Amino acid sequence: MLAIENLKAKIEDKEILKGLNLNIKPGEVHAIMGPNGSGKSTLSNILSGKKGYEVNGNVTFEGENLLDLETEERAHKGIFLAFQYPLEIPGVNTNTFLKTSINAIKKARGEKELDAIEFLKLIKQKSAELKFDEKILSRQLNVGFSGGEKKKNEILQMSILNPKLSILDETDSGLDIDALRIVSEGVNSLRSKDNSFLIITHYQRLLDYIKPDFVHVLKNGQIIKSGDHELAKELEKIGYEDFN
Amino acid sequence: MDNRQKEIDNLKDYKYGFSTDIENTRAPKGLNEDVIKFISNIKKEPQWMLDFRLKAFERFKQLKEPDWQKPKYPKIDYQNLYYYSAPKSMDDKPKSLDELDPKLLETYKKLGIPLQEQARLNGIAVDAVFDSVSVATTFKEELTKQGIIFCPISEAIQKHPELVKKYLGSVIPITDHFFATLNSAVFTDGSFVYIPEGVKCPMELSTYFRINATETGQFERTLIIADKGSYVSYLEGCTAPMRDENQLHAANVELIALDDAEIKYSTVQNWYPGDKDGKGGIYNFVTKRGLCKGKNSKISWTQVETGSAITWKYPSCILKGDNSVGEFYSIAITNNHQKADTGTKMIHLGKNTKSKIISKGISAGYSDMMYRGLVDISSKADNSRNFTQCDSLLMGNKCGAHTIPYIKNKNLKSNIEHEATTSKISEEQLYYCNQRGLNQEEAVSLIVNGFCKEVLQQLPMEFAVEAQKLVSISLEGSVG
Repeated sequence: MLAIENLKAKIEDKEILKGLNLNIKPGEVHAIMGPNGSGKSTLSNILSGKKGYEVNGNVTFEGENLLDLETEERAHKGIFLAFQYPLEIPGVNTNTFLKTSINAIKKARGEKELDAIEFLKLIKQKSAELKFDEKILSRQLNVGFSGGEKKKNEILQMSILNPKLSILDETDSGLDIDALRIVSEGVNSLRSKDNSFLIITHYQRLLDYIKPDFVHVLKNGQIIKSGDHELAKELEKIGYEDFN
Repeated sequence: MDNRQKEIDNLKDYKYGFSTDIENTRAPKGLNEDVIKFISNIKKEPQWMLDFRLKAFERFKQLKEPDWQKPKYPKIDYQNLYYYSAPKSMDDKPKSLDELDPKLLETYKKLGIPLQEQARLNGIAVDAVFDSVSVATTFKEELTKQGIIFCPISEAIQKHPELVKKYLGSVIPITDHFFATLNSAVFTDGSFVYIPEGVKCPMELSTYFRINATETGQFERTLIIADKGSYVSYLEGCTAPMRDENQLHAANVELIALDDAEIKYSTVQNWYPGDKDGKGGIYNFVTKRGLCKGKNSKISWTQVETGSAITWKYPSCILKGDNSVGEFYSIAITNNHQKADTGTKMIHLGKNTKSKIISKGISAGYSDMMYRGLVDISSKADNSRNFTQCDSLLMGNKCGAHTIPYIKNKNLKSNIEHEATTSKISEEQLYYCNQRGLNQEEAVSLIVNGFCKEVLQQLPMEFAVEAQKLVSISLEGSVG
């Protein structure tokens, strides 16, 4: 599904990714762990199409050159990024945003857009599944949301858009245990033989709830080691500093 | 490129930019007593109206063009303008829409204001003003049944002189200021509305202004009187062809609300803004003022200003009656090289008067936006309140936004609140929207409409949707 080959990325002459390789097959859950500044967020930004990076290497998504696509086109293809810091958009109702988003994607795919009633039904069902307070949806997007609410809102969006590849950029940071559980359940409920995940985190904690198929250690812009869930535990014990 | 293709390309940018090839009757070029007499004569005005005009003209000659505004413009040669231009076919007044020149009907149809169908479809009564004359007013009969008068002001001068005489110039006196006084001398047409005591006007009243002729100024005059306990919602829309020259539009709008009456006045202004390099476009120098004359009266201005090369206006409320309320909701958008100096004045004279100002300014491209407002609470206006919120949104880093609120409170029992913010659409916000599948333009439109929501909500429903689209179109291509 996703193949990354020798990916290099620079921002303002600073090299951040230095030849990264990664393969994700349909249905797989990959976790990337690494210290601050190792390039984790850069990786998620480049995959989702954030501008401002000088990028080299090959990235294909379902056989198509991903780097040629605009940010929104990647979203249309089924790539979703749960932001580390979800943005506030004053005056825009959360429901309106969600509806605009899902219909923009449906339109691009040539599918029928949801009318107001279909949308409300979907949103009711999904927020119940995620124990998400519906009242929040009538508030302005992310404005005045607590840290946990913002993250849960990202997961709600993810579950409504049902992406093929979901990238979670440190979604667990700043979450209390209850929120962490809800976020994890959201991810687990979306797991299927077609949907893949790339989970970026500092901590092993999240991986107790979402059991990844693979764990990779990112350090200095490269994946230095890959393994299974045990690797995360090992890492937690040794720490990034001494891990080689 | 053939003409058809050219037309299509033009429409992409400003879809109202076409002009109608129609034979005109014009006043001789220039500004003098003879021209004023010409206008008065062609409109078959009574002597008192001509006297009003000439008095204004005398005053005008003593006035100097103001230059304190932020957007500067090249000197206007007032002798090089036509002050009256009307389609020839209007010389013998057509009695009904069926007699109206098909070219005019076609023009309004193209503008999305099909005069005949509109009358049946939307339940909105329209007065269509083409250059210097009103060409058609729909729904007249239905309104007459309730005693509502909705007609061209030129007609009101003849048929309802007692009302016009009493109120014309009562809010904007002929001595007021340069452009307003010029208007009083040379105004050509516009709408007149009178809502009798206790009547709630059952439909939206609307005037659609169209500038067509070249080298012509449009000086229209609107007078709306809401008698005791009445209510009216009025909307004006405006467009003009795309031309290289700048055209002057200096209108006067007077509103009078008597005891317990309410007037809601909405504007969607989409005059031709000039091209991408700032060539051409309308100078929109308009005086709009409402008088809350009676107790418990209310006047509410809502404006969506997206057009014009320069917009320079301050729709105002004079809160004379006790407990009267003035409101001003504004969205002003400038893109490319457009400039705006706009805001409002709230003059509190009566006791317990309230005013509310919500202004949203959006600047993009190389444009420049100024909010200028005055809140003046007099010593007698006990327990009065004002709330002002001025928000500016910047797009890109070559545009400007400025806010100058003048606040005068001479009453210790009254209070004024002012809030202001300036923000920028951030790359991060756009990226967030893009990541959720919205393209750049959809993202900008969503964010901007969110920013303007409080004002858009004030518009009558049919127009809110239009205005929302207009807001998006005005900003097209502003984020690259």
